[in-house]
Amino acid sequence: MMKTLLKVEDIHTHIGQYHILQGVFFEAREGEVSVLLGRNGAGKTTTLKTIMGLTPASKGAVVFNGQDITKKATYTIANGGIGYVPEDQGIFADLTVEENMKVAMRKEDEAAYKRQDYVLQLFPDLKTFWKKDGGHLSGGQKQMLAMARAFVNDSKLLLIDEPSKGLAPIIIEKVMEAITEMKKSTTIVLVEQNFMMASRIGDRYTLIDDGETVHAGEMADLIHNEEVKRKYLGIG
Amino acid sequence: MELLINLTVNGLATGMLIFLLASGLTLIFGLMSVLNFAHGGLFAWGAYSGVWFYTLSGSFVIGIIGAIITGIILGFITEKLIITPVYGNHVQQILITLGFMLVLTELLKVVWGPNQMAAKVPSYLAGSWEFGDVLIIKYRLFIIIVGFLVFGVFQYMLQKTKIGLIVRAGVMDKDMVQALGINIKRVFLYVFMAGSALAALSGVLMAPYSGVIYAEMGFEFAILAFIVVVIGGMGSFPGSLFAAILVGLAGSYMAYYVPALSLAVNMMLMAIVLIFRPQGLFTAKG
Repeated sequence: MMKTLLKVEDIHTHIGQYHILQGVFFEAREGEVSVLLGRNGAGKTTTLKTIMGLTPASKGAVVFNGQDITKKATYTIANGGIGYVPEDQGIFADLTVEENMKVAMRKEDEAAYKRQDYVLQLFPDLKTFWKKDGGHLSGGQKQMLAMARAFVNDSKLLLIDEPSKGLAPIIIEKVMEAITEMKKSTTIVLVEQNFMMASRIGDRYTLIDDGETVHAGEMADLIHNEEVKRKYLGIG
Repeated sequence: MELLINLTVNGLATGMLIFLLASGLTLIFGLMSVLNFAHGGLFAWGAYSGVWFYTLSGSFVIGIIGAIITGIILGFITEKLIITPVYGNHVQQILITLGFMLVLTELLKVVWGPNQMAAKVPSYLAGSWEFGDVLIIKYRLFIIIVGFLVFGVFQYMLQKTKIGLIVRAGVMDKDMVQALGINIKRVFLYVFMAGSALAALSGVLMAPYSGVIYAEMGFEFAILAFIVVVIGGMGSFPGSLFAAILVGLAGSYMAYYVPALSLAVNMMLMAIVLIFRPQGLFTAKG
């Protein structure tokens, strides 16, 4: 059995007076793609933000690589080996593609530049727009830059939030190819509304509804579970 | 023509002093979203400590270095004790930094006494050059050169170095910078200390320019700096330079041609910018 890299145990998160997460559980196993599924506003994005320490949990625990990271600062969590691609991509609009990559690089050594070369092979468009401001890129290019930025460091785990959102089908295909390639060298937790995409690249799923985990298992099982898909995802 | 040149040099020198004060303020606001009303106090401390070091050592350079170090130390103390507890709360920031401004001002009187202090221009920067009817006062030219030098150095750092990139990225999206593994709080502290050092540098350069220094000088200049930050665009370093020169020149010309409007002109400029371009003339690119 593959090693559990990330374990989220009964996390509760408050944002202001709102109790957003009310008991989310899930595990991400090494080398797999774990997908968080659920309707809009179910709490998927907040779950990723809570793992990253951006909206810290008020209860529960996040254990990464055997270490409790629940109360750690965001930068410590990132330096511990978690890369994050937020829903809005988080591109620094007034920095060029090159500068965006440079800010992301934790160590500017030979290994990092080799990794950058590899990332640019995955996303050749970025090389074309290397000196262009991030704010001037198309939605797809921004998504590629956000993923490249997260992947340029040797992260053990990547959290990717809705990479297909607002993208044309042909771009979604490219993003999927890239995630499949990234999966060979890292573990991925993916938030995705597009079930077609999620089911093609996900190994496991966790269904979140109204801020709590309601279902989890292997993706292959969910594909054939029409009742769960209809009840929680409105499809099928 | 001669008059115009003299007024321009005068306006540029005043503008540069305001720029040095405002640039720190705009970086602190742009990156940290902190409204620091104590900034003028750091300016006044720069003036007093600089004159004190200058008098003690007989060297104006040591006076400048002393003022900058004072600014850095006070910046560290202010960020740690005053600003850190009120991050994210503008109302508390205004109240506590205004209160700290009063404390800094009163502390100046405790340390150096309640009376004004005289500040002399060093002998090698005293006097002027005459080109026909045009009179260029050496010290004013010195201030202009220092202002442009500081702008050049900071622009280079912001545009070409990793820490500069991080600061510019932080102005745009603090959370993302942290998610990339950067300790933004430490960057905040460095920026606050750099901004305080610039305020102190502005203060020590101001001292010989005006000839006398007094504890309340921080209040007066801080208002001008805030006007410049609003006109230039909050968080924009080049915006601060442009707006400071604009304010300096407008003040200089108005003081000669329409003296009654010399004080009101800055407020008028700010009002016009706020009506037609509320985000300021430049956007926050750091």
